[in-house]
Amino acid sequence: MERRAFLKTIALVPAVGAAPLRPIANPAAPGPAFFTPQESAFIDAALARLIPNDELGPGAKEAGVAGFISRQLGGPYGRAQTWYMQGPWREGTKEQGYQLKLTPAEFYRSAIEDVDQHCRGAYGGKNFAELDAASQDKVLHGLEKGDIKLARVSAKQFFDMLWHNTREGFLADPMYGGNRDFAGWKLIGFPGPRYNYVAEIEQYGKPYGLPPVGLMGRDPNRRIG
Amino acid sequence: MREIALLIVATLCTASAWAEPMHSAIERGRYLAAAGDCAACHTADGGKPYAGGRPVPTPFGVIYSTNITPDKETGIGRWTEEQFYQAMHEGISADGKHLYPAFPYPWYTKLSRDDVDAIKAFLDALPPVREENKQTALPWPFSVREVMAGWNTLYFHKGEFKPDPGQSAEWNRGAYLVEGLGHCSACHTPKNIAGGLKTGQKLEGGYGENWYATSLTNDVRDGLGDWTLDDIVQYLKTGANAKAAATGPMAEVIENSTQHLNDADLRAIAAYLRSVPGRNEAKSPETDKQRLARGEALYIDQCSGCHMEDGSGQPQVFPPLKGNAVVQAREPGAMLHMIIDGARIAATKSNPTGLAMPAFGWKLTDQDIAELATYLRAAWGNKAAPVAVSDVKKTRDRVAKAARAQ
Amino acid sequence: MATRLPAVDVALVGFGLTGSMLAQELTDAGLKVLALERGGFRDTVPDFAIDHIQDEYRYAVRDDLVEEPERETLTFRNSADQVALPMRHIGSFRPAVGAGGAAVHWNGQTWRFLPTDFRMRSHTLERYGKKFVPEGMTIQDWPVTYEELEAHYDKFEYLCGISGKAGNLGGKIVDGGNPFEGARKRDYPLPPLKRSYATVLFDKAAKEVGLKPFPCPAANTSKPYKNIYGVQMGQCTFCGYCEWFGCGNYSKASPQSTIFPVLLKKTNFELRSHCNVLRVKLDGSGKRATGVTYVDEMGREFEQPAELVILCAYTTHNIHLLLLSGIGKPYQPGKGEGVIGRNYAYQITSSVDVFTDEILNPFMGAGSLGQAVDEFNGDNFDHGPHGFIGGGYIALWTTGGRPILQHYLPQDAPRWGSGWKKAMKENYLKACSIATHGSVMSYRDAWADLDPTYRSSYGDPLLRLTFDFHDNEHRMSNFLTDKAAEIGSAMKPRAMHVKQRKGHYSIVPYQTTHNTGGAIMGSDPKTSALNRYLQSWDVPNVFVMGACAFPQNHGYNPTGTVGALTYWAADAIVNQYLKRPGPLVHA
Repeated sequence: MERRAFLKTIALVPAVGAAPLRPIANPAAPGPAFFTPQESAFIDAALARLIPNDELGPGAKEAGVAGFISRQLGGPYGRAQTWYMQGPWREGTKEQGYQLKLTPAEFYRSAIEDVDQHCRGAYGGKNFAELDAASQDKVLHGLEKGDIKLARVSAKQFFDMLWHNTREGFLADPMYGGNRDFAGWKLIGFPGPRYNYVAEIEQYGKPYGLPPVGLMGRDPNRRIG
Repeated sequence: MREIALLIVATLCTASAWAEPMHSAIERGRYLAAAGDCAACHTADGGKPYAGGRPVPTPFGVIYSTNITPDKETGIGRWTEEQFYQAMHEGISADGKHLYPAFPYPWYTKLSRDDVDAIKAFLDALPPVREENKQTALPWPFSVREVMAGWNTLYFHKGEFKPDPGQSAEWNRGAYLVEGLGHCSACHTPKNIAGGLKTGQKLEGGYGENWYATSLTNDVRDGLGDWTLDDIVQYLKTGANAKAAATGPMAEVIENSTQHLNDADLRAIAAYLRSVPGRNEAKSPETDKQRLARGEALYIDQCSGCHMEDGSGQPQVFPPLKGNAVVQAREPGAMLHMIIDGARIAATKSNPTGLAMPAFGWKLTDQDIAELATYLRAAWGNKAAPVAVSDVKKTRDRVAKAARAQ
Repeated sequence: MATRLPAVDVALVGFGLTGSMLAQELTDAGLKVLALERGGFRDTVPDFAIDHIQDEYRYAVRDDLVEEPERETLTFRNSADQVALPMRHIGSFRPAVGAGGAAVHWNGQTWRFLPTDFRMRSHTLERYGKKFVPEGMTIQDWPVTYEELEAHYDKFEYLCGISGKAGNLGGKIVDGGNPFEGARKRDYPLPPLKRSYATVLFDKAAKEVGLKPFPCPAANTSKPYKNIYGVQMGQCTFCGYCEWFGCGNYSKASPQSTIFPVLLKKTNFELRSHCNVLRVKLDGSGKRATGVTYVDEMGREFEQPAELVILCAYTTHNIHLLLLSGIGKPYQPGKGEGVIGRNYAYQITSSVDVFTDEILNPFMGAGSLGQAVDEFNGDNFDHGPHGFIGGGYIALWTTGGRPILQHYLPQDAPRWGSGWKKAMKENYLKACSIATHGSVMSYRDAWADLDPTYRSSYGDPLLRLTFDFHDNEHRMSNFLTDKAAEIGSAMKPRAMHVKQRKGHYSIVPYQTTHNTGGAIMGSDPKTSALNRYLQSWDVPNVFVMGACAFPQNHGYNPTGTVGALTYWAADAIVNQYLKRPGPLVHA
């Protein structure tokens, strides 16, 4: 006999106790891949500079962050599903935050095109992905500081968004497709979302001994979606 | 089943109704009906109390409970005391048909005539509900009710309870309750393929409603051997004690039935159960270090947030797994069921919280669960046999069956 | 055409913390209580279950438990000469939606205000004179005293199972507790939590600079706990997934873990979820509420008659509903008239990041695991030399080390690239942060009203906030930050980053979900919306709960005081109002 909804007798009340003991759907779940091949080329190149592969370990590209961002843009985040997207749209102060009509997916699409257009202008017809590492860094610094004027979107705003999403992909649970093989967590020493440190919290100064675990377990290759 | 408990409590005066001497037959009958947990089967989900229509899953198919309100057309309003006694004592309906032992007449046969009459008085006092009985259609040959005559010959031992003069009054009262109204062995004793009890393995654990019901013998590992009488009383009264918590069908038994029994009766049940001999056999847990290490990793990663890193749980909150009878049960089915599908502790008057464990079956593979369960049965001094992937698969099937039976 | 439903005794708008508490108290008093919640029902299992809740990306970055701006947001500007624009995604504060409200995803930091806080205006004038309350600062005395609320603070603490150490028992200062707190009758129900390393280092340093640190009062249980309603809670295991997350093992106080098990079984209680209240309906006189109208998830409109209507939604939503329903005169700053929207305030925070040589394991934490000093809160110090009023606590909290959002890097760390990787590797395990949590006074030019342009998904004008930090707050906050830096230096760090709160208030970075005021309690109906029992001056069968009642915001997290006021109001409703319905205070 399964457990019953103890409030089912009261007609309008939701079935409380009958709520399944299984988890509910995940609104942050990845959607279909968003980037076109040209956009992927940009993203791969940008990620390789933002968090490079080096002697400290894998970088964003190796950690699968490109796929993470692509699939997030293909999902509710990319669609700005939870954002207030009613008009009218006006430019505000920086204290008033994001005021664009563009969803993140639309923003990326415009921004990547704008950046490539800038690169072609500044670097003899080459897209960002075709530049050497030093030039790519220069472009990224320029975007970061807002020194580069893009055709449509704010360079600084794009850099901030891209950098945020890159860090998210590098450090989120690997079930979202990034942080492959716990690359991000191993770099910093985060043992994953564990739930009991009662015995360890008073062992002051001692490193924590267990390896990283994701929500799906110690195998970082188990995904969702 | 919480709404049934709600209704039972609502139809009762107050908790003191139990403690007061039950002068009237109706009051006595109400108490005995709670002890027998009649409402649980005879009330459908969202249905009126005792009006029947609940699908009771059995290995032979689904059997629908009947309307036992005093409605004259659709209930048992026309039944005489004699006819009601015949149903309870012999498993024969007023129209002469054999009843299926999903209705536990093999246990209710032990009731005294007085007690049966009191239950009838209580039922007669209920509001009559017009509700046609749903037709039960078991596959052949079980559809032929006369088949039950043969089954009865093999497995039904008719007769009222006979006290054992060598035992105390308390023990006899406990035996009367456990072997009669409580019908505990209906789940807690293994059954043969015909659904008859393996009487040589009394209360050693069995299946009921797709859940494994653990041993109630005094086996120290998988039974009640290291429980005190107070432990048992507290469990039946509140739904939990320092060693265990009731989930699954037992949670509903406690909510609907045992939490309403008086302390003396609960102690009697405890005294009787502690006398039921267990095997106390030697057990062979897993010894492969690598397998145990994988199980331990799963435990720390997935389970220690509630059951704590050393398996000691948080007593009265999350049961300890160390020394736990469900973990060390001969069959791991109940433990596996909880890991796969989650569990909710009984919510009683004394402990209304109903703490819950989520389902892990969606994110652990059969292999994971087998290794985790094997580890639990070998850790912290626990001793029980390893768990196979096939055990996990079988339990997933049972979980699915239980969900379909809703 | 709205369908008219059978009447109830009490209609509660919102089923968060205050709604749950009132439902429990008023059903115990025998009333038929209906709670209307615009979000869905939520419970520990399955919604915050330990199998999936510890997911930073989903809950802290993608805000799964937080109210979607798409559903309801507000518009914001710093000053009246700007055009207010919508808060298009979650930023400065994170209101909730769904059963349990923000008390599901809070940290559990639970404080009492100081006795002098409740006499903010008169105490300041007495001690410092008129000059200290600048023109345009509209602080008021609360119409209740700390002493009147003490028993209700106590009840709230015993509801939640607060872990802490009393510092003032019946007037006697107790070593190890907060020596500045108001007198309390008894200690907290649970002892303080085990300490993390960073809080131990802070404790030592604070003592070295002559301060008296104490454990922060925590709604994270240090032991299994059975509360005042017989509901059983577990014990906190320091997972570090408190704020933005539901608690997976019943050890953070929330309506789910402290009230639901007893409340939801009651036959005189009903919850209707996915039902958004549109208006409180008034009769022809405008002085009596007849009930509420609401729309369900199918878009059908209902009229729900009720004898008593209590607004239990979030601060901003309560103000919004009062304005939309025409209860109380809307505040107009130019004229200085009106009460709904008046005295909106917030919190001013800053921090000092501290980088150690030793491993701190920041991921071992709890939402309220912290050590604090209170020397610079309220009027615990002489403001004379400083020329500002207000203050705040300074605490080192170890709430967790969630990698995406909870890491600290030194000021000179490269922002990206290999240098960033190196900085992350070298600092993640060896960094912590000292936080200051400052008061914000009320001002004539900080208020809430209805936006003229933007609308919610329900079709109503959004609430508009006009708010900025004032000079008083900046100077106070900088003072606190300097004090925090002193303690930080005494921790002998290898590096320190002092982060003063600079510039205008921005809606972008998260600060606190401590929006206060807008429907304040007071002694004068000309300058307050509610009397001392949180009863509307204008419509006596409407009560309004929550931090919207604060005349100004003090230097502590608001929830403890919100809880105390709720029990205080419940007591007044049950023991006074029900016996004689009508205004409880005659101004």
